[in-house]
Amino acid sequence: MDQPTALSPDLIGRVSEVVLFEVERGAIRKFAEAVQDQTPACLRGDVAPPTFPTTFRITIPGLTYDLARVLHGAQEYRYQRPLRAGDRVRCRVRVADVYRRQGRLGEMTFLILVTEGVDESGTSVFTGTTTAILR
Amino acid sequence: MIGPVLAARSDQELDRGSVLPDLRKAPITKLQLVKYAGASGDYNLIHTDDETARTVGLEGVIAHGMLSMAFLGEYLCWLAGPESIRRLSVRFNEMVRPGDTLTCRGHVKEQSTGSAGRQLVLEVWAENQRAERVTGGEAEVHIT
Repeated sequence: MDQPTALSPDLIGRVSEVVLFEVERGAIRKFAEAVQDQTPACLRGDVAPPTFPTTFRITIPGLTYDLARVLHGAQEYRYQRPLRAGDRVRCRVRVADVYRRQGRLGEMTFLILVTEGVDESGTSVFTGTTTAILR
Repeated sequence: MIGPVLAARSDQELDRGSVLPDLRKAPITKLQLVKYAGASGDYNLIHTDDETARTVGLEGVIAHGMLSMAFLGEYLCWLAGPESIRRLSVRFNEMVRPGDTLTCRGHVKEQSTGSAGRQLVLEVWAENQRAERVTGGEAEVHIT
């Protein structure tokens, strides 16, 4: 437990399974209510708030780390369009990069994960890029 | 709360450096963190259980970084409308705790006009009651 999980550059390029997520009206409303998001279309559950893709939780085989040691450093989303209730989105996560860098708290490992979401017509809907920092 | 507020502005009012209106959020509560954990699927207990938070050296629970990013998402919806958002990119700089009050602020970094209408690059951030930028970065919206 005392040693951080060794994340090596060997993981770069590793991908998850493709996972199908159905965007449910109730899930959108629950998310908007938790955020106290006042956007009418989100409160009605018609349109998902911009950060809704965070609810698409996908694991990558072989990629494990101690939650207590991980910091969320940065997050980016790019959108072709907003997600809407009834959308069926196929998502996959890829390890885009793993590198070590000296930071404020000593040497840290940076893990860059890229999530792509594609709709039923095969069109990309969003791309999420997560920077996780492991101390 | 009536949006999108930017659609009503002229090009001159969206010039580089134009200050955007603020969106002040209600103080963050522990109940909100429990709700956000459930709604987002982020069950890391450092956000909902003080005892767990203390075992990793925190004074108590801290908010999910993604909650403050969600506030900025709402801010963009209010400014530009949910259909207009093309990108939101942030860094999580400071921890947010229950009782903190976040205000979303921003200004225009770039404006251009194309066939699809006006494209704006915005600098946006959420700051706490001590005016510290806890979460912030850049966004791109297209206003037709």
